[in-house]
Amino acid sequence: MPTVIVNDKPVEIGADEKLNCVQAAQRAGVEIPTYCWHPALSVVASCRMCLIEMGDKKPDGTIAMQPKLFPACQTPVKDGTVIVSNSEKVKQAQKGTLEYLLLNHPLDCPVCDQAGECFLQDYSYRYGRGYTRLQEPKTLKPDKDYIGDQITLFTDRCVMCTRCVRFTREISGTAELQVINRGSHEEIDIFPGEPCNNKLAGNVVDLCPVGALCSKDFLYKQRVWWLQTKSSTCPDCSTGCSIRVDQTGDVVKRLRPRHNPKAQGHFMCDDGRFGWKYIHGPDRLTQPEMRSPQGAKSHDWDAIQPALRAALEGAVTRKASAVAAVLSPWMTVEEAYLLAKWLKRLSPQTRLALGPVRKEGGDDCYPKDVRGKALPNPKFTIRHEKCPNRKGVELILQHFQGSVIPFDTLLSEVESNQVDTLFLTGGDPKGWITESQAAVLGKLKMLAVLDLLKSPATPKAHYVLAGGSFAEKDGTFINHAGLAQAIVKAIRSPENARPDGRILWELSGRRGLFHATNLRREIGQEVPSLAALSVGDLGEHGVLLTERPTVAAPVRGEKVTAS
Amino acid sequence: MPKFEPVLLARVGKPDSQKLETYRRDGGYEALKKALAMSPEEVTNVVKDSGLRGRGGAGFPTGLKWTFLPKNHTGPIYLAINADESEPGTFNNRILMEDDPHQILEGIAISCHAIKSERAYLYLRFEYGKSYRNLQAAIDECYAAGILGNNSMGSGKKLDIFLHRGAGAYICGEETGLIESLEGKRAWPRIKPPFPAIEGLFRKPTIVNNIETMACVTHILNRGVEWFKSIGVPPDPKNPRDAGSYGPKLYCLSGHVNKPGCYELPLGVTARELIFEHGGGIPHGRKVKAVVPGGISMGFLSADELDIPLDFNGPGKVGCLGLGTAAVVVVDDSISIVDVLYNCCRFFSHESCGQCTPCREGTAWMTKILERMRSGHGTTRDLDLLAEVSGSIGIIPGTTICGLSDGAAWPVKNAIKKFRPEFEEYIASGKKTARVPVGAH
Repeated sequence: MPTVIVNDKPVEIGADEKLNCVQAAQRAGVEIPTYCWHPALSVVASCRMCLIEMGDKKPDGTIAMQPKLFPACQTPVKDGTVIVSNSEKVKQAQKGTLEYLLLNHPLDCPVCDQAGECFLQDYSYRYGRGYTRLQEPKTLKPDKDYIGDQITLFTDRCVMCTRCVRFTREISGTAELQVINRGSHEEIDIFPGEPCNNKLAGNVVDLCPVGALCSKDFLYKQRVWWLQTKSSTCPDCSTGCSIRVDQTGDVVKRLRPRHNPKAQGHFMCDDGRFGWKYIHGPDRLTQPEMRSPQGAKSHDWDAIQPALRAALEGAVTRKASAVAAVLSPWMTVEEAYLLAKWLKRLSPQTRLALGPVRKEGGDDCYPKDVRGKALPNPKFTIRHEKCPNRKGVELILQHFQGSVIPFDTLLSEVESNQVDTLFLTGGDPKGWITESQAAVLGKLKMLAVLDLLKSPATPKAHYVLAGGSFAEKDGTFINHAGLAQAIVKAIRSPENARPDGRILWELSGRRGLFHATNLRREIGQEVPSLAALSVGDLGEHGVLLTERPTVAAPVRGEKVTAS
Repeated sequence: MPKFEPVLLARVGKPDSQKLETYRRDGGYEALKKALAMSPEEVTNVVKDSGLRGRGGAGFPTGLKWTFLPKNHTGPIYLAINADESEPGTFNNRILMEDDPHQILEGIAISCHAIKSERAYLYLRFEYGKSYRNLQAAIDECYAAGILGNNSMGSGKKLDIFLHRGAGAYICGEETGLIESLEGKRAWPRIKPPFPAIEGLFRKPTIVNNIETMACVTHILNRGVEWFKSIGVPPDPKNPRDAGSYGPKLYCLSGHVNKPGCYELPLGVTARELIFEHGGGIPHGRKVKAVVPGGISMGFLSADELDIPLDFNGPGKVGCLGLGTAAVVVVDDSISIVDVLYNCCRFFSHESCGQCTPCREGTAWMTKILERMRSGHGTTRDLDLLAEVSGSIGIIPGTTICGLSDGAAWPVKNAIKKFRPEFEEYIASGKKTARVPVGAH
């Protein structure tokens, strides 16, 4: 195995791995600071923050060091490469680079959105000199009025790492951002009248290592050190981007992408990034509702749940084949499993249908060429299937029923009075049922709707169950490629709404509390097509359904990382 | 020493010297015929044997550079000619291009034959309007006469020369910056390796050579290796890395001299001989304060260092960066070194491409420090700061991608080291010399 020596510590790398010095040092637990380098973008080696001393260990054991400094990001490692990142020479270079970067930086951290997660702050603290020797006025560059709908540019804070420029050229392919002017007057800018409004534009905010590019949506909303973060999965299309949910006080403040080589890579689209506003919107169902035939209403979960269960069980006893449930592709695997298992336990004749799967156009692939046509070998794809878990719900339906009944078929069965009792689940924030479809539901003897937002179906319902959004519940989404990823509860549901998993857990009369990891294990053991879930904890990167569970189902409470 | 008979400048100043007709009458395109009769490897060997070193500034052996091209390469190979002559004080290429363009085109055609290239790009500095017109006219004449085109000189080979005008940036004279600019991009120098000979223009093997180098190639083919080696300085036997400095060189003499101009002399002439014998001395009986040996990026010679030979090694022996473009700028004792240095720094901070942090910020900072010094607010500590900043930028310490920042740092390093007493005196006197600087835009 090739061995690289990082600060006197040997570290082995894979025989056919192509690593640069930054990555090799990471393996050895050594941080080499970088601004311009990003694993998903091309190497420019221009920020000069990652300078190291480099040498070669000869087979006879002698070490020949190069006389000058090398940028670690640009220097590939091979067997015997010696990396020194803690020598006096390197420290001086790091101090020097940071001094240069801060020369014309406004140091407006108290009003900067990035403060607290800023690489200029972090690296200055760790590698900088702590004071400036500049006595002259700073070179002032005015902030840009407008460079895009979602992003704003504080030109004076920029360190010219050009990550954003390279992103728009290499990943989105739209190339709106560019460098103008020269030398210390250099700025990032757009071509006049061509703002940076592509669907991946929000990523430049994450890429920006300093506070130059900020998200207009998040600007001045919260100091980042108050944010509490949970790793989760984006629900807005079947790509299932790994994300982080940042919240304070049970209010989501922003979503950020999380690197996941198994899912989407490093980035996420703006549809997902800014698409969570509905969870705090005015249309949210915030309390359950029961409408008795006399018109009396109840908003008490403790009254509604037993009543609904009794009504449903009664209907099954009356005529099981007239009882149906619609499982929305927005449900988690766990919720689908609970609902399907409950109904099928009541009677195998009950019918389970798949909720409407919203599709928009075709897959939106990046990078694009100048005419907006996608290039071959896409680096990022926004899928046309705008629901997170069709695959997972279908697998559950196939397990319990053998076949998947489409939503339209079920509606026609309602129309022809074959079905008179229906448990509907919604969840699609862009609407999943039309007025004309909802009109059919008026024929039902009993309708229960478990949903997030008000929809044409809610007024027709006898039972309205206020569910939780993706940020409010634990569970599993299975994306287009069969990757099972966890969604994690980041906030509590507003007012009297409850996570769907808890509602279904209690409705189905299970004892104890809903616990996604344990339920996942149960599903993995019971549903053969979902055997991969038996690991319980899906880890940061999720588990592919094709992966054989390598670890035996662990004891409760034990932390397991997915293979 | 007998008077040196100019070769490169032999036709300069004669009537219609830029025309094909007169060039042919003076024996033009005979060297190309000779070269086409030889194999490309033979031509490369002739140039290699001559010891010709690139005239663009770095002095890299031309023949050796050509051999770095991949062997048996099937795709296109390009020749890029660097005529982006932007080093302050340099104008030798301009004279060649304006007055004797065919000499250059012949050299390009020979070089293309040697490196098996069918296409040469000539990157011309935008400000050179007359050069552009004369070169383009010469290229058109060559196409009409069948020297260029699908059947170059009846050899059955294809050869095209494209003249491209830059947009006024010093950095386009850096070879990979030039390549980026030719590709239509922002002239940000590339990371090396890969070197242009492996992956250059349009990601194909590319050789980048200077205009004067091309003119030398013509004469080496014409007059032979022995002639070329009879001029100049042989390698220093004590320095195994010295490749010698053979051949004639165009020295651009400017500044405070009586007869500024472009002088063709054998490599190795001393600064004193150039200034006082050829340049006619300093006007008004003033004394030399400093001499720039080869464009301001090379640093300064002090008045007692004028006897070093201006060959590829000479200036380096007294702490200068090298010979550079052999643009000798004389500064007399009526000028404050602080102002000279400020002017240098202002130029480089304006011309820094802004890619690498140390150069982008460092050059601008040094200018600011000198600006402050010139307005009477300098301290001696600033000198140490200037020395530190200039010592921390460049490819020699390894903190930048290209050599521009070495060039930006060198005059500062040299001036602080060689003229420190004058700086200290300037600072102590509280003098203010801030006035409209000349030269840099």
